[in-house]
Amino acid sequence: MTEPTIFELSSPGRKGVSYPETDVPLSKMPASLLRADLPMPELSELDVVRHFTHLSKLNYSIDGGFYPLGSCTMKYNPKINETTSRLPGFASTHPLQPIETVQGNLALMYQLQETLKEISGFAGITLQPAAGAHGEFVGVLIMRAYHHSRGDTKRIKILIPDSAHGTNPATSSMVGMEVAPIPSDTRGNVDLVALKAACDDTLAGLMLTNPNTLGLFDENVLEVIRIVHEAGGLVYGDGANMNALLGIVRPGDLGIDVMHFNLHKTFSTPHGGGGPGSGPVGVAAHLVDFLPDPVVGILEPGTEEMAPLYGYKKPAKTIGRMKSFNGHFGMIVRAYTYILMHGSDGLRKVSEYAVLNANYVLSRIRQAYHLPYDRICMHEFVVEGFWHDIADVHALDIAKRLMDYNFHPPTNYFPLIVKEALMIEPTETESKQTLDQFADVLLKIAEEARSQPELLKNAPHDTPVGRLDEVKAARDLVLCCWVPEGE
Amino acid sequence: MFIPHTDQETSEMLEAVGVKDLAELFTAIPQKHRFPKLNLPPALSEMEVMAELENYAQANESTKDIISFLGAGAYNHYSPAAVDMLLRRGEFYTAYTPYQPEISQGTLQVIFEYQSLITLLTGMEASNASHYDGATASAEAVIMAHQNFRGKRNKIILSPSLHPQYRATIRTYTQGHADIKLAGDNLDPQGSPEALLTQVDTDTALVIVQYPDFFGRLYDYTDFISKVHESGALVAVAVNPMALALFKSPGEMGADIVVGEGQPLGLPLSYGGPYLGIFATRKEYIRKISGRLVGETTDARGNRAYVLTLTAREQHIRREKASSNICTNQGLLALAATLYVSLLGKHGLRKVAELNYQKAHYAASQISKIKGYSLVSDEPFFNEFLVRCPGNAADLAAHLLDHGIIAGYVVGTDYPKSVDQLLVAVTEMNSKEEIDLLCETLAEGHHD
Repeated sequence: MTEPTIFELSSPGRKGVSYPETDVPLSKMPASLLRADLPMPELSELDVVRHFTHLSKLNYSIDGGFYPLGSCTMKYNPKINETTSRLPGFASTHPLQPIETVQGNLALMYQLQETLKEISGFAGITLQPAAGAHGEFVGVLIMRAYHHSRGDTKRIKILIPDSAHGTNPATSSMVGMEVAPIPSDTRGNVDLVALKAACDDTLAGLMLTNPNTLGLFDENVLEVIRIVHEAGGLVYGDGANMNALLGIVRPGDLGIDVMHFNLHKTFSTPHGGGGPGSGPVGVAAHLVDFLPDPVVGILEPGTEEMAPLYGYKKPAKTIGRMKSFNGHFGMIVRAYTYILMHGSDGLRKVSEYAVLNANYVLSRIRQAYHLPYDRICMHEFVVEGFWHDIADVHALDIAKRLMDYNFHPPTNYFPLIVKEALMIEPTETESKQTLDQFADVLLKIAEEARSQPELLKNAPHDTPVGRLDEVKAARDLVLCCWVPEGE
Repeated sequence: MFIPHTDQETSEMLEAVGVKDLAELFTAIPQKHRFPKLNLPPALSEMEVMAELENYAQANESTKDIISFLGAGAYNHYSPAAVDMLLRRGEFYTAYTPYQPEISQGTLQVIFEYQSLITLLTGMEASNASHYDGATASAEAVIMAHQNFRGKRNKIILSPSLHPQYRATIRTYTQGHADIKLAGDNLDPQGSPEALLTQVDTDTALVIVQYPDFFGRLYDYTDFISKVHESGALVAVAVNPMALALFKSPGEMGADIVVGEGQPLGLPLSYGGPYLGIFATRKEYIRKISGRLVGETTDARGNRAYVLTLTAREQHIRREKASSNICTNQGLLALAATLYVSLLGKHGLRKVAELNYQKAHYAASQISKIKGYSLVSDEPFFNEFLVRCPGNAADLAAHLLDHGIIAGYVVGTDYPKSVDQLLVAVTEMNSKEEIDLLCETLAEGHHD
């Protein structure tokens, strides 16, 4: 079944909206600047509604089913978030309004900054970054600026454990740093011997994902941080896996210097089919002056009768502005809503149950799938998606076969240090029934891999489309559904 | 309420895992830092949270409460009801990035249609799936252009009439690139684009201008672009996409890259975000674009289908070689813009752009008749223009705010030499009565 494109549905002269006639006298337009043709579709409102409703039905979504995607934290997105973020008092404020007219927005941003400080143990927060990768970029720019401010310009080496997130090396190279990988030891921790050997006076810092992408909390984390600090480096924490740590441990207390949050993972703002994200960054006291410009602060303290005056402040040694305006404010409202609904005990419960759910699924499937690092996991775990005694069945086939059972596949082929990795993160919002159904299906697929491997090789069978010809997509490169005449 | 486990289920699960309680799952955490007491308020019920958030929202004066002529990069437009109704479909907003194309054709086709609409609107040959916003898209254009010349050209000329926050963002993005030299700051911000040509040399990789520029002025860059091309450099044009419904596209003028803020295409102001970074270019640069791209292909059953393509350019494959670490696109905002453009279509987009043009020109002509006020420029403009005031513009804006009007953007905030200037934006949301009231209040403000 193929849904036509909006251009194929278009019919010349059809209209989908009405606007009032102009209420002012007409002015002349500059003829030489006018556009000759506007090749846009012409559709009725119902055409548009049906088309996009049809398209929506071709999507898998959290509202429709279970998404055990490792490192993506696909938890339920509470509906109240969508209502609060659309309140006209928020949604209809312009980013450059005088601060006196947006004290509600500024107070909320200030409160979220304070709340994230309390949750993470950091001394300062910026809400400006647009996504996790953007937050990482802020973090490494801050590390660079810190060393430069001390005249220490030779520090250009960033150490990245092989169990870190994939964006870390790209982020480092964007900031002009050189990347050196650090291996994991047999328990999945950072290899301390290799770490020590790599620490010298060119060290800018270490980017530590903890829990790492194996879903394991580094058992030597304090020692890792001590070694890096002793060599004059800073420790960047990748907070993408923060869903395991709320009320469990504060990264700032461990000695991490700078870390990004993913509001779209830990704090339930929707993934939106690939964005928007939101990636606030927390820093320890010695890095507060380097935060992006501006941060929200109190300009005039309040009294018993009067609320404080909130406004913007420019950090003294700021790395500068990361984007226009004030961060992804709509996501900030959603995350704050979520935090208020959970409170301090509720947040700890989030992480406890995220970790329980992961360990439970692991306990259910461990006899059928090989677990390369056998420890209590945190909010996610990684198994191998192949069997030594079955030829030619791969993680990809298991992933595709899961779709036939109406489950979204786990993250696969990542992390790279596990062969044919399947990375499973259930999140705390899934019930025991759902987890049992999922585990049952994984066990069944392990059997199918032996008895009817072609079922896996040809999967998926029951999805809107079959496996895609990705080679053709890259070779033909059709990126636009409308080809100008004459081409 | 979002954690469904009963006590019974919890104990069954703990037993299956082989631990006696939840705390035993966390023995890998250093003991002295384990289970900190978080000094946060206790959980609130949904109705209490709703009331609390309403309190915050009501502490603002939104564009629903006051009359606003504020633009400067974000514009107050009407978005038809169908846009938000469709955006609220959980199948769209609770979906993940479409890495599994068999169960993500909805998102993938939306992005493909978005790319198509942006390609046509900008007059270019390819669009990506979007960047974070206009500022970061501009920074990505700078980095792409620089990489295009592989170190042989290192100068980037930023028009001083490019949005000040875009210029600031470009500065931040490039601070780790020791070889990139940014130029253009010494020029008169309100001079003509011709002045930029004096800076173009054989080391220049890119000149970036805005259309309409930060001050609202519309220039036909056709000759300008061909002169820059003569020296071998590229030209990027940052656009307001709404203006492109009426005016010549940068593609028609010969631009190599078009970036822009997609917010005017039906996105709520939402205090500055999330917005939508437009990024389009010519075929020859497709493989150098950062960010996601969706391409058309066929599936195993022979049907037309869509998939993320050219992923080898991205950070998750050639990690250290990547020029950008961007993973997300603004998926949901690209959907919003696609819905808005589909609903308005050829006629609606023209109509809205014309309303903006006519109302802004009426406002400009009325303001220029007030004693002491004048227009700074006589260049063509779309829906925003510079007013020279008979005194300090910040004081005047404060006076108008007392009367429930945001008169515009105080230019002195970013350009200290222009303390007497206001940047006034007028959209279809502003009635003739509001414009007349603005003029009356400006006239009084002068006499006070």
